[in-house]
Amino acid sequence: MHYKRPKADVVIVGLGWAGSTMAEELTRAGLNVVAIERGAWRDTSTSFPTTRNPDELSGSIRKDILQAPVTETYTVRNRPGETALPLRKYHNLTLGNNVGGAGTHWAGASWRWQSFDHQPYSRVMERYGAKQLVDGLILQDWGASYHDLEPFYDRFEKIAGTSGTAGVINGVKQPGGNPFEDSRTSPYPTPALERTRANILFSEATTRMGYSPFPVPSAMIGGPYTNALGINLAPCTYCGYCQLYGCGNWSKSSPNICILPVLMQRPNFTVVTESEVVRINTTADKKMATGVTFVDSDGNIGEQPADIVITATFTLDNTRLLLLSGISTPYDVNTGQGVVGRAFTFQTLSWAFMFFENEYLNPFMNTGALATQIDDFNGDNFDHTGLGFIGGAGIQSLCNQGLPIGMSGLVPEGSPRWGKGWKKAFQKSYQNYAQIQGQGTNFAHREQFMDLDPTYKDRFGQPLLRITYDYNENDRRSGRFIRDKCVEIAKEMGAREIKGVSLADDPYSGYTPWDSSHVQGGVVMGEDPRTSVQNRYQQNWDVPNLFVIGASSFPNNAGYNPTVAVGATTLWTAKAIKDLYLKNPGPLVRL
Amino acid sequence: MRRRDALKGGLVLLATSTLASIYKPAYSKTLVGGSGAWKAQPPPPLSVVDSSRLVYLTQDEAKLVGTVFDVLIPADELGMGATEAGCVTFLDHQLAGPFGSAAKDYKLGPVVEGTPQQGPQSIATPAEIYRKGLAELNTVTRKKFDKAFPDLSEDQKVAFLEGMEAGTIQFETVKAKDFFTLLLQNVREGYLADPMYGGNRDMVGWKLVGFPGAVYDYRDWIVSKRGKKIDVQPVSLLRTT
Ligand SMILES: Cc1cc2nc3c(=O)[nH]c(=O)nc-3n(C[C@H](O)[C@H](O)[C@H](O)COP(=O)(O)OP(=O)(O)OC[C@H]3O[C@@H](n4cnc5c(N)ncnc54)[C@H](O)[C@@H]3O)c2cc1C
Ligand code: SF4
Repeated sequence: MHYKRPKADVVIVGLGWAGSTMAEELTRAGLNVVAIERGAWRDTSTSFPTTRNPDELSGSIRKDILQAPVTETYTVRNRPGETALPLRKYHNLTLGNNVGGAGTHWAGASWRWQSFDHQPYSRVMERYGAKQLVDGLILQDWGASYHDLEPFYDRFEKIAGTSGTAGVINGVKQPGGNPFEDSRTSPYPTPALERTRANILFSEATTRMGYSPFPVPSAMIGGPYTNALGINLAPCTYCGYCQLYGCGNWSKSSPNICILPVLMQRPNFTVVTESEVVRINTTADKKMATGVTFVDSDGNIGEQPADIVITATFTLDNTRLLLLSGISTPYDVNTGQGVVGRAFTFQTLSWAFMFFENEYLNPFMNTGALATQIDDFNGDNFDHTGLGFIGGAGIQSLCNQGLPIGMSGLVPEGSPRWGKGWKKAFQKSYQNYAQIQGQGTNFAHREQFMDLDPTYKDRFGQPLLRITYDYNENDRRSGRFIRDKCVEIAKEMGAREIKGVSLADDPYSGYTPWDSSHVQGGVVMGEDPRTSVQNRYQQNWDVPNLFVIGASSFPNNAGYNPTVAVGATTLWTAKAIKDLYLKNPGPLVRL
Repeated sequence: MRRRDALKGGLVLLATSTLASIYKPAYSKTLVGGSGAWKAQPPPPLSVVDSSRLVYLTQDEAKLVGTVFDVLIPADELGMGATEAGCVTFLDHQLAGPFGSAAKDYKLGPVVEGTPQQGPQSIATPAEIYRKGLAELNTVTRKKFDKAFPDLSEDQKVAFLEGMEAGTIQFETVKAKDFFTLLLQNVREGYLADPMYGGNRDMVGWKLVGFPGAVYDYRDWIVSKRGKKIDVQPVSLLRTT
């Protein structure tokens, strides 16, 4: 059956962090907003009741909470010319599939990105010049600086209740915080959580080495807090069922606890769940969006007309929706022309895996982001002259893992993987394993991009998104540099056995253990329509009533996790829509 | 008046239709702010798997896989072996459910082998792999040693499984190496998952490493027990001890 819903002022596709944050802003401004979400409704009290603990098998092992490949998957190849094949089984991208998106099950490291990350091109040119860039690297500024975004970072932290220790407030360095952070106007809403034994060993070692350790800001609420929308959040209990789980304790910032309880009180907000948007509709001349078409869970096809269309379906689906809808010019790897799918990035991870001798690290007491970090080798915090790369990584002691199935393979190299020898090794390793993660920057390259797959289709017969990706030389070099730093710190911490790896040393795979879920770009914001899909307000250059929000707008990845930057850019765009666009609908940037 | 518009991929969509506009078939899943009707379904009640009968494996298959499991996780002074801990019951129920049928996998074709980076392309399900792999296990050992797998000496069993793991022993109907990976994954899961799934009897796997199980609040211990041994009887979701 086909049906058409009443016209809305705004339709938002996808109700994760980006979609919910936007919906809250626009409904508060009085607009009539309809959100369309592929996943089912999730309510904290009924979906994740505190009367029942989560369990590892259905959680992080069978991954029931994630978007299943049967629903939608992606094809992948390392370079142009190869045949891309589908990710058939659950893979590292661990996408969300419910109201709340990946924000329900995320790990919760809650970073503001640095001013360097928002203006990497200008900064690199100023300090090193073009000679610092490897062949084919794509580097460009966002059109919005840290200075522009600071008030929105501040607001988003106050919605999320972020915990942490400030490093720099109004230009003044603060004890215990990150000395490299750009100046903030206020401290973190809630205090940093307690540290684990592994965190403390890391702090002591890095302090001896002359670095500056600080607690990683996180979504784990550090004390009772009423957020900017009036919702009460509760202190985290270190329960250890965090990444890949929903938090029933109102302790992990998520759209479900921080925004939806308020949004769902507003009669001018509607969410259509279990419905997948299959394309953005436009006028015949492709100059205006008219709404979206979706398929609901009964297989009916619906249409939602709206004056403003906002998609917030995360990097991959944001890109795919534009390609399926024929909006803006797709990137062509042969000519380097076109913009949709261009400037795609991942994350460069390096690790030191450590085994200590007689510790009780009690790994089960953790949170998704219980980490202590140094930023001495992140972004442009150190001199890269002669190193042959730009960027770096946040290097952290990360305690986010203590569930036994997940740890059952973590025994020192050369130990038996089964039999009596494994039982003995596992018993010891469980209490003695710790890890240092180098979460690295990742820069775009002309041979890293997304387009539509020529062969594989989704359940509705539409082409899957094809990802062409391998690490570029810049990221391979930075990965090795950071791996060596991780290993030096591990030695100083006194680990008995240490294994250092840089994941970028091997070709990219969606199944590499210990890899990241972060993908960015494809619909980037920027200053020039030849190299960006959208202007500095995340407004499409060609279709002024279309805004595509989320990490798809970022032309580079930082040595940080992306979500607080997603929140800040969403709030920045919401303000532009309310204060500028509604008064004078049309392009907000004229060339 | 039905104006149809075909998408590139073959999905047939109606562009704009006056006919259909009054129907809202998905209304039950449309949640309007302020209406209050936005509670989720509570998770299904917990239940222990019933170990008294098999639901997917045959008796023979269950016995055979038990012998393999007991080589992978044997009984010793650190605790009982895999079969006694319920790992076969665990596996049997897993194979009968969505895991066994690979219900969440993308299975559309064409199915072709790719580079190692592109990941597994086979659409064979775990239930199928066990059925074929277990059938062939005895055939291969009979050819090699003239004995069924359970009749091999302990050393022969170990050497055989090492061969499967390393890829030096091959099967015809399944990839022996992939079958081994699945066996090892499932036996560990059975030994370490919550006892309600049929394995981890008496929480033997959790006691092995000192995992306290389904504990909800560690605020009292995060500082006071930092770096210290915690002696505590673990708890399962079903609160059995
Ligand atoms: C395991 C994990 C750990 C993470 N840890 C961190 C961390 O520590 N720190 C950090 O900053 N970030 C982290 N992230 C990333 C973080 O989760 C994302 O940056 C964030 O959730 C993005 O929000 P979003 O709203 O843009 O997208 P999403 O949360 O992905 O929401 C998109 C929504 O759109 C829906 N959707 C998609 N396509 C369609 C369609 N066609 N029609 C209708 N609906 C659709 C999806 O169902 C989903 O609900 C993590 C991610 C994962 C997976
Ligand atoms: S660790 Fe804290 S934030 Fe994470 S799920 Fe547990 S209580 Fe919630």
